Amino acid sequence: MSTAGIIFSNIHDENISELTRMRTMASVPFGCRYRFIDFALSNMVNSEIYNVGVITHYNYQSLMDHIGTGKDWDLSRRSGGIKILPPFITAYAGEHKLYTTRLEALKGIYTYLQSLTDDYVVLCDCDVVCNIDLRDIIEYHIEIKSNLTIAVKQVYIVKNTMDDTEIIESDENGRITDILTAPFFESGYKDINLNICVFTRSYLLKVISDSIVHNHSHLSFDILQKNIKKERYRVYKYKGYFARISSIKDYFRHSMDLLNSEVRTELFRVKNRPIYTKVRNSPPAQYTQTAKVSNSLIADGCIIEGIVENSILFRGVKVNKNAYIKNSILMQDTLCGDNVDLNCIITDKNVVIRDGRILSGHETLPFVIGKNGIV
Amino acid sequence: MRNKECIAMLLAGGQGSRLYLLTQQIAKPAVSFGGKYKIIDFPLSNCINSGIDTVGVMTQYQPLMLNEYIGNGQPWDLDRTYGGVMILQPYQASKKADWYKGTANAIYQNLNFIDKYDPEYVLVLSGDHIYKMDYRAMLDFHIKNNSDCTIAVIKVPQEEASRFGILSLRPDMSISEFQEKPKNPKSTMASMGVYIFSKEKLKKYLIMDEENENSSKDFGKDVIPAMFNSGERMFAYKFEGYWKDVGTIESLWEANMDLLGDKPEFNLHDSRSRISSRNYADPPHYVGFDAVIQNSIITEGCEIKGTVINSVISEGVFVDSGAVIKDSVIMRNCIINKNVVINYSIIDSNTVVGSNTIIGEEKESSSGITLIENHLIIPSNMKIPSDVMVDSKYISKNTGAKE
Repeated sequence: MSTAGIIFSNIHDENISELTRMRTMASVPFGCRYRFIDFALSNMVNSEIYNVGVITHYNYQSLMDHIGTGKDWDLSRRSGGIKILPPFITAYAGEHKLYTTRLEALKGIYTYLQSLTDDYVVLCDCDVVCNIDLRDIIEYHIEIKSNLTIAVKQVYIVKNTMDDTEIIESDENGRITDILTAPFFESGYKDINLNICVFTRSYLLKVISDSIVHNHSHLSFDILQKNIKKERYRVYKYKGYFARISSIKDYFRHSMDLLNSEVRTELFRVKNRPIYTKVRNSPPAQYTQTAKVSNSLIADGCIIEGIVENSILFRGVKVNKNAYIKNSILMQDTLCGDNVDLNCIITDKNVVIRDGRILSGHETLPFVIGKNGIV
Repeated sequence: MRNKECIAMLLAGGQGSRLYLLTQQIAKPAVSFGGKYKIIDFPLSNCINSGIDTVGVMTQYQPLMLNEYIGNGQPWDLDRTYGGVMILQPYQASKKADWYKGTANAIYQNLNFIDKYDPEYVLVLSGDHIYKMDYRAMLDFHIKNNSDCTIAVIKVPQEEASRFGILSLRPDMSISEFQEKPKNPKSTMASMGVYIFSKEKLKKYLIMDEENENSSKDFGKDVIPAMFNSGERMFAYKFEGYWKDVGTIESLWEANMDLLGDKPEFNLHDSRSRISSRNYADPPHYVGFDAVIQNSIITEGCEIKGTVINSVISEGVFVDSGAVIKDSVIMRNCIINKNVVINYSIIDSNTVVGSNTIIGEEKESSSGITLIENHLIIPSNMKIPSDVMVDSKYISKNTGAKE
């Protein structure tokens, strides 16, 4: 059983445009010290997938910086390891030839996929936070001789919330019967697409070559929905913790989920399946005599002199004396001056909140301060 | 291949017997410090921060943990194709097999390693000290003075001077007298155990020292005095900054405490000279609803639900609700259960403390630091007094007598 991994770093960028203006979805910071891609990469490495291609589209400098040589995920290797797959544009392409869909991105890496020797390929997006053993899906995929197995999870869908979530319907044997894109006409429990799937590589190549000659451009609409009846498409029902981030509100809510100890246990404390990230070598967090912290997650490198409640502090955040931070997410190297008062705020990297500023959002609409902002 | 201007030889074979339980299974340079570090992280990080990318690490006493920790040197950016970090262990040769008989002998046995890189200068370090230092500035000083041997010195209090090698200096910083652990020190300039030698001189004196049967094969006792007595150019480089020998339980505790405070005596939060360490992919640390954390440092992977005051908590430590930790150092992956009270203690890694147990006494009324061994399971409701060393024997002896 040999499997390669493909990660889509840009799909869903527009869902949290506040944080993806200057970066890919994959490199959006999450959970004090991680970026979204860390979950996809760690899941692959922990599932013995050591040959990972990362498809990029635009804005991928921060992603390249984060990944480096891949050694922090043990993916700096002579054979296999991590490979960045930037858009492949030939001299013959017109000016509008940068891909726009998943299928077009796959067309762009057709030769890369051809060059692999693995029998199976796992495709993963970066909008999903979970700690999943991909070997379970792959083994299931092999056992039932499926061509495509999509991981799904049953969640409660609220009517009229429009995003790009896909609903997968299946029969009692796990055979996919329908794939619906954002059809939230009624509330209720539905199986939604985790955006993690396993393809048999030969089948994937066939799909791509077929799409090239027939000029198909959308994987779900043009391929999957049309072939549901005749091809072997199956679902894998995942039961563990999973969070899908499809809006800034989701981002806020699922960040705060991490304050729940069960979520942390399922995500970070699974035996032999840690979540890896880029090492920054920050010193441990420093609390002074005046610090007062409750129900918060704090990364290394923080210096805390003030009050912090129900918050997520990334590496190198400094909270000065008498500052009062509650229900907020402060990203790397945010500086909160004296007497600052924050509620439901998300600060991007390197934000400075000057002495005495009082800012508040609401949990239904957290207020986001962009990278390098000074308030 | 191009030769290296300066390579470092790091002496990491010491047992550190005055750290007792902490160094029973590991060498002193592998002892934990400051939450996420080991002592050896400091000289290794100093090397790479000073532009020295070739480091030979001589290990001997309990080397397994240290060798594994150093690995290929990647955490310190010392995984190089040419150079990088290299573990140098005692070896068997065709005629004889020898342990390292002293610091000088350890380097003598590895002269072939030095010759391979053919450096002009050799930096000799020990893995016993906590400090941040720019060796490049010292090397520039060495070159400027056309020195044969330069010794880094630091001013120490008069009353402590007799614990160190003491140097008397002329105004131009050349060395006029050398005293090893003197009863009546003539100066307060102490050697830090950091030397730069011009390679040819180092080689010459190491070979001479090896042939001298009366020598104890030690740098401070034999090689340095021999060079001095032969009139070589020897200078002292004055270091200003934090430097601490962590050879005893008390000094290790003090060094940890020096990291605390609004303006800590030893500041690790300085991105220009960052100390690197091997990383264990721990999640961020969580602070519970009723937790109290004051004047302390907490490392990633911890879950703190109790009270932590004036303490250093390493990676992956769980402190349950109602537990109180004061003036203590808790090392990696310890579990402190409900209502435990810990005062003025050092607890080595992976130890589990049962609920309601009391360890040590308030620092003010305590007679000394309580030291707890690693991988120990301390039962509930025990009372462990101050100034004791607790290993598994202690536990079985004292629980048998428990009412």
